Parts: sequence; structure tokens; C-alpha cells
Amino acid sequence: MLGQICVRFWTLLGLAILSWSVGGATAAPLEAYATAIATADRQRQALEQMRELTDPSFKALLIALKEGALYTWQGQLLILSDSGAFQDLAGQPILDASSQPFLPDDAVQVPLEEANTPLVQRVLDVISLTDADPKVRRAAALKFGNLHDPAGVGLIEKALMHEGDPSVRSVMDEALNKLMLFDPDPQMRRRTVEHIAAIRAESALALLKSLVEQEQDVAVNQAMQQAITSIEGYLRLRNLIGYVFNGLSLASVLLMMSLGLAITFGLMGVINMAHGEMLMLGSYTAYLVQESFAAYAPGYLDYFFFVALPLSLLVVGAVGLCLEQGLLRFLYGRPLESLLVTWGIGLTLQQAVRLYLGDQTSVNPPTWFRGGWEVLPGLVLPYSRLFIVMLSLLSVIGVYWLLYRSTAGLKIRAVMQNRDIACCMGIAARRIDAFTFAMGAALAGLAGCALSLIGTVDPEVGKTYIVDSFMVVVLGGVGKILGTVLASLGLGMSNKLLEPAISGTAAAVYAKVGILLLVIVFLQLRPTGLFPPRERATEAMTR
Amino acid sequence: MTHGLGLRSLLAASVAVVLGMWMGFAGHLLGNAWAAEPIKVGILHSLSGTMAISETPIKEVVLMAIDEINKAGGVLGRPVEPVIEDPASNWDLFAEKSKKLLQQDKVATVFGCWTSVSRKSVLPVFEQQNGLLFYPVQYEGEECSKNVIYTGATINQQATPAVDYLMSPDGGGKKRFYLIGTDYVYPRTTNKILRLYLTKAKEVKEADIMEEYTPFHHQDYQTIVGKIKSFCAGGDAAVINTINGDSNVPFFKELANQGVTADKCPTISFSFAEVELQTLDVKPLVGHLASWNYFMSMKTPQNVKWVKAYQEWCKKQGIADKQCVTDDPMMHAYIHVKLWAKAVDQAGSTDVEPVLKALEGLEVDSPVGKYKVDEKNHHTWKPVYIGKIREDGQFDIVWRTREWVAPEPWSALTYPGRACDWSGDGKGTFDLVEGKRTWISESR
Repeated sequence: MLGQICVRFWTLLGLAILSWSVGGATAAPLEAYATAIATADRQRQALEQMRELTDPSFKALLIALKEGALYTWQGQLLILSDSGAFQDLAGQPILDASSQPFLPDDAVQVPLEEANTPLVQRVLDVISLTDADPKVRRAAALKFGNLHDPAGVGLIEKALMHEGDPSVRSVMDEALNKLMLFDPDPQMRRRTVEHIAAIRAESALALLKSLVEQEQDVAVNQAMQQAITSIEGYLRLRNLIGYVFNGLSLASVLLMMSLGLAITFGLMGVINMAHGEMLMLGSYTAYLVQESFAAYAPGYLDYFFFVALPLSLLVVGAVGLCLEQGLLRFLYGRPLESLLVTWGIGLTLQQAVRLYLGDQTSVNPPTWFRGGWEVLPGLVLPYSRLFIVMLSLLSVIGVYWLLYRSTAGLKIRAVMQNRDIACCMGIAARRIDAFTFAMGAALAGLAGCALSLIGTVDPEVGKTYIVDSFMVVVLGGVGKILGTVLASLGLGMSNKLLEPAISGTAAAVYAKVGILLLVIVFLQLRPTGLFPPRERATEAMTR
Repeated sequence: MTHGLGLRSLLAASVAVVLGMWMGFAGHLLGNAWAAEPIKVGILHSLSGTMAISETPIKEVVLMAIDEINKAGGVLGRPVEPVIEDPASNWDLFAEKSKKLLQQDKVATVFGCWTSVSRKSVLPVFEQQNGLLFYPVQYEGEECSKNVIYTGATINQQATPAVDYLMSPDGGGKKRFYLIGTDYVYPRTTNKILRLYLTKAKEVKEADIMEEYTPFHHQDYQTIVGKIKSFCAGGDAAVINTINGDSNVPFFKELANQGVTADKCPTISFSFAEVELQTLDVKPLVGHLASWNYFMSMKTPQNVKWVKAYQEWCKKQGIADKQCVTDDPMMHAYIHVKLWAKAVDQAGSTDVEPVLKALEGLEVDSPVGKYKVDEKNHHTWKPVYIGKIREDGQFDIVWRTREWVAPEPWSALTYPGRACDWSGDGKGTFDLVEGKRTWISESR
């Protein structure tokens, strides 16, 4: 309370001095300051006097000055607003005779001296500490924390008194701690260091490391070294957990991509080069659903994903069905032809989508998919990735149940293992083929929809998926769901543990190369993958 | 009666036709004194394929500039006629189409290209045919052709001022930098120069610079964003992003999801402007930065008028409001039409040599104020602005250079002593060895 009164006093004193220097004019403070700012030789003085000002009504004026949107015209100060019309300081638009906004050609821009730019920024930062928007307050607090300017302590303490938002409070607290490391009193410094060690503030680590070399006080120095070891130890553990989650997440992405292929290629033996495009169609279905929600039901935009997910499954499944019925069923047992035909279909789909839906589209995750779950300070598991992990688990369980626990699955396995005998048993093999292929495509569509949460939606996105998918299926052993699961887990994990282990500027590139080499070596040793199919199934494949 | 009238009018018509033919013939003999024969100019931008989204608006703004010139009486009293070719984002086709424009249509100049690879592919055609190309996009430099006017930014007109901003108190006094890019020529060249600039001119420690590249179409940025997050936690850090195209989407989504916000650790990018932002999910990008020579949100009366003119043009062409935005390459494209027209008027001819002479040091008014072609090196002088991305896909301008920044096609940091001069008896790129110019074209 006392601080507040002090500020009032200083502001009033500042204004008193200013009004005196402006020439005893009784103009409103905003206008007085504005006139002073617009006068070249008074600009610096006026800005200096505004140093501790927290009045938000000055914000527009200062931003305009900084952006070069402040003009003088016929002795009047005007701000060129976002809408492209001139406004006076009170925010009223300047209108011509026909009450239309107009742009006078002879308006003169108010120049901002280069040396004064930091002053303007400083005043804006102080005002931002008490801004209505918590994001702005947080940014300002962060900035003060990094400035190493002891004058910030008082300002932040003052702001903390009125701060209600916990996330802003914690940032302010951290900034305050960093600034107090520069306190002249060693007792104070030691307490601050101990506090930092207790909250394991990663943000203070670099500062501590640079300060520990200069610290004269033995007790503080020791506390600093302890704090550094404890923070670093925590970071190592946290990073390891992070890498494991990254690996798990990549594994689930790979699994989503390749589950469909494990069925069409693994079970049926159709080399479907358009598998990537099935994924792409799934992504575009999500995009179209989102766009129609935005157009017809903008209030429910956040729920579009619930519609998009099942719809992409159905739409792409239907496309797969058409593909099988229209083309692929004539090509069974001719792998080369089906390879070429599906590749051609892939190209056609790419260009068709490009033509009708455009190139750079993106699916905006619903608001509750943004951000993530902070399991440990500084370790955030994004909700979208957690969702994909869950979805891939559910898909595997679903596929397993369908193949091994349902009548349809029994028929599918019968046809795939021995077509002729299955036909003798009265199973309609043709219909089973069509159903199986459609199921593979539908899974790809589901994957495409889910992956649009974290990736791009563009016509060529299939290319980025197809190679990885084939790698997973081949590595897992053609025809085995369990193999596919384990292969994607292995690939994802080793990729994400390899990447941080490689130093240099292109770790992501070399990790990919490393993985490919590993796969090559592995397939040399076990050409049939992790789980080789049994003999009879192999026969059925080469029919 | 009717019969008589018909005969007479038939007679009159045939006389008129014969007369007209004669006049046309005479007009042809006398050059263009009577009938103003149009001047053909080529527009070579992809209107289909991956680049269409960026290049189609460029075509529109060039057409608008031509329309304005024609309404004001044309160039040398002759109307300007655009010949539009679509190279379909295919760089082989760029070379073919430019050959067609120069040889078959005999255009006076070509406005075109976007990617560096498309420019490199048409370069030999323009040099062989002695054509004239205006190129509107920022690029990695290290090129200075006699037949090209480069209006986009060189690295010192976009990337290095971005560093100046980040290190200034305005930009938060950043001292540590994470350079991330796609693994190809533009990011590698930019980062090579930036690293030298940071360590030599700005005294940043090598240990405070991280550099990382990902392959094209990279999708999984978990590890890299994790690294960036740890790096940023150290404070005073910023990310300089030269990731290409589609990979930006997963990159920024990951940044947002892992909580690397712009206030803690801003990312500055050089490759997306207003046009690209209209098609992206802007939310994860809000608060991050971009460096350009122009922003649509610039608050000058000239710009407000220009944007209004373009919006009216959109309405006439039936372009949807959402897509009707202006950006940096569009501004450059508009200006280069104006530059060309002014140069032709001054030269009194559309021939390449006199037009190039007239372009040396030529100034025109632009939405960013005065705009000037360098006296020597075929690049242009312009101010640099830093913008902060807003939710509506526009930018808040947070910083600008005081003066025009001079173009440096060859960075003094990577090629000390190398520069370019086409004025007088200049022969292009040269190395300054012991105070003497050694022309690269001659030393080969």
C-alpha cells in the first residue's frame, strides 16, 4: 500500500514537473505528454519522466510513436489506426465533410530519435506489467527477469501485489529470484540460491553457472554449486523420460501409418503404393469436415474432430472398396502390375486433391488438444501426441479382436491361409477380399485424420508416410500384427534414442540414415523379418 | 430506295476498308507513330502446382500495376500488353517458357520466378538471349547477373537485421541463438553468414550458437523442440528458422504443444508472409516474428492507399476477401513494374541495354516510401521491418531500420572484397585484390 502511495506521489511530481516544463499549460496529461513527445528537443525529457508510469491510456500513443503511426496534421496529433483511418488521441476517427474517413496527404510523421527507442520500450514494458491481458504481463515479467537490472525488483514486487493469475505469478516469482541473485547482501543471495535449487528452476541454470565463477562469498558459492548439481541431475532424468516418451509417440505414429498396410500388404499380399494417399485422403476428410463446421456451425468448431474421425474411417474405407472392386481384383497374383497401378492411382489422387482442394491446407486441432500435460516442471507431453498413442493402442486392440475373435476375422484368416479350402467351406472369398482391403484403407484414413493433428495436410504428404510404413511391415514380418506393433516400437524408440545421441548439425538426418542401415543389417540376418510367416501361409501368398 | 441506300453504303464501306488498309500499311512504314502498337511484357509465375499459392498473387499485382500504367497513358505512349505463361512449379518448364517469351513473343522484359532453382534454370536463357528479368523474392545472394534486376532482399537486408533486432533491447537483448533449417542451399548459406556475423561482428560465443538441419518434409520435431526448449530455458535465447515449406507446420505445432512460447523464446522466420499465413493454422505462430521489407499492416498513407487499390482489384477479379492480402514479394513485384516503366520512359526505348542504364540509381515511390535501384549491382535499397504475427495472420511491426539498407549480393563476411558492378564499363562480379578489380568473368 505504501509503495502504491509512493508511486502516486512520484507520478504526480513527474506530472507537475512536466506541466511546468511544457509551459504551465493545463492540458490533460496525455495530451501534454503527447505534445512534448512530438517536439524534437523535448522528446527525451518527456520519455524520461514517463519511466515509472503505469497508466494504460498512454499505450496507444507510445505504440504509435514506435511504429511510426503518429502524425501531426494542421497542428493536431493523429494516430493512423489499424483500420487505415486517422484517429485523434482519444480514439475518435477523423472524418471529412461526407463523414468518410480520409487520409490527408500533408500529414507529417512524428520521428522517434534512435537513442530514444529503448526509452519508449522501457515505458511500454512497465505499462505491460499491469496490462489487462495475462499473456502480456507474463511476457513483460520474463523480460525484466532477463534484463539483470536491479531496478526491476521494485517494479515486479509492486506488480506481484496485484497479480491474481497463478501462471503469471510463478513467472514473476522466477524473474524476481533471478534478479535477487544480484542482491548486494550475501545472506539474501544464499537464500535465493537455495530457493532456486528447491524449485529446480531450469531457467536460472545458465545464470548460476556464469555467476558461480565470480561469487566471492564462500557460503553462497557452495550453495550455488550444490544448486547447479541438483538442477543438472534433475534435467538428466527429465530428458531421459522425455526421450522415452518421444520414442513411444513416434512408435504410435508409425503404428497408425502401417496398421492398414499390415493388412493389405501383410495379409493380402497386395503391394498398395497408394497407401500413403489413403492417409492423405483421411487428412483431407478431416480438413473438409473442419471447413464445413467453420462455415455452417462455427459455434461447434471444437467438436469437428469427433465427426471427422469416424467419417474419415468410412470415407476412405469406401474409396478402398471402390479401388478393390474397380481395379485391384483383376490384378490379384500379379504383384508388378498392382504395384504400378496403385502407384498411378496415388499420383492421380495427389493431383486431383491439389486441383480441387489446394496445396497448403491445415487442420487446426480443437482448442482442448492444444498444449499438453506438464508431468514434471519443464516436461510437457502434448495432448495431441497422447491422443495418438491412445488411438493407436485402441486400433491395435480393435484389429486384433476383429481378426482373431470375430467370425469375419476367422473367414479372413481362412481365405488368406488357404483360399481354395476356404472356398470349399462356403466362404465367399471375393467378398472377403473386398472387405479386407477396405478395412486396410479405412485404417489408413483413420491414421491420416489423427496425424493431421500434429503434421501437415498437403497432397504429397503420402510420400512421407509410405516408405516408413513399408519398412515397419517388412521388418515386423509380413502377415503379423504383433510383428508390426513390435517393429514400430523398435524403430520409433531407436530413432528417438539415437537422435539425441548423435551430435552435430544434422542429427535428424543421420538418425534416419542410421535407422535405415540398422534395418538393412537386420534384414540381411533375418530376411523374413521379426516374425516370419509359417510355411503354409507362404504358399498361399505365392499363389 | 432501300436498294439505292444499300448500294451506296456498300460503296462507302469498301472505300473505308481500302483506305483503312492503306493507312495501316502507312502506319506500319512510319513505325509506331500513328497506331500505338502495344509493348509486350512477360509474366512467368507458377499458376498451378505447389508454388501457385505464393505466385498467383504476384501475377495479380503485376497485372494491376500494368493496368495502372495503361490507364495513365502507357509507356512511351504505347499500351503495355502482358503475356502470361504458367510454368506449373516445374523448373524445367521455367526455362522453356522463358525461351518462348523471349524468342516467340519478343517481350521487352519478363517479371517472374520465385524459387532460387527456377531462377537458376532461366538464368542461362536470359543471358544467352540478352533478355531482362525482374525477380521479386528474397534469396541467398551470391549471384549478380547482367540480365536480372533483383528486387527482393539479400541476406543482409533480411537475416542480419533480424539478428540486430533480437540483440537490441527492443528485441529482448538476446545473446544465444538456435539456428534451425531444412538441409539445402538457402538455409546453409544464410546460417553460414549468420554464424560469422554473430561471432565476428556481435561477439557471440560459439558455444551460444546451435545449428541444426532436418531433411525436406521432416515431420517429427519432438527431439529438436525438446533441445530448443532446454536451450531456451537458459534465457536470452531466440530461434532463427529457415525451415522450408510444409515442415513448418509440424515444427510450430510442436513448439506450441511443448509450451515454447514466443515471450520466452521467439522464433524469427524468413519464409512466410501474409499470403502463406492465410492458409496456415496461425494460432501456434502467434507472437513469433518475421523479417521482411514490407508488411501489409504498415501505417503509411501510401500503403493504406495501395492496399485499398489492391482490394478493389481483387473485387474486380473475383478474388475472395480472405485471399486478398498484400505481402513483401507482392510489393516488390508491383514496384518492379513501376521501375521498368519509368526506366523505359527515361531511356526512350524498350531495348535492354538503355533500359538497364536508366535503371542504375533509379528511384520510385512505393508503399514503403522511396525505393531505389543500386547504381551498380542490380539489387535494390530498402528498409527492413520486423513484424510480430497476430491471430488474424497479419503482423504488428515491432522494429524497423532507420535507413535504407544497401544490398550486398556477396556478403562481406563470406566473400571479403567481392562485389558487383555493371555500371560504366563494369563487367559484373569482381574481387578486390590489392586495390585492383579482378573480374570473375575474365579470370575463368
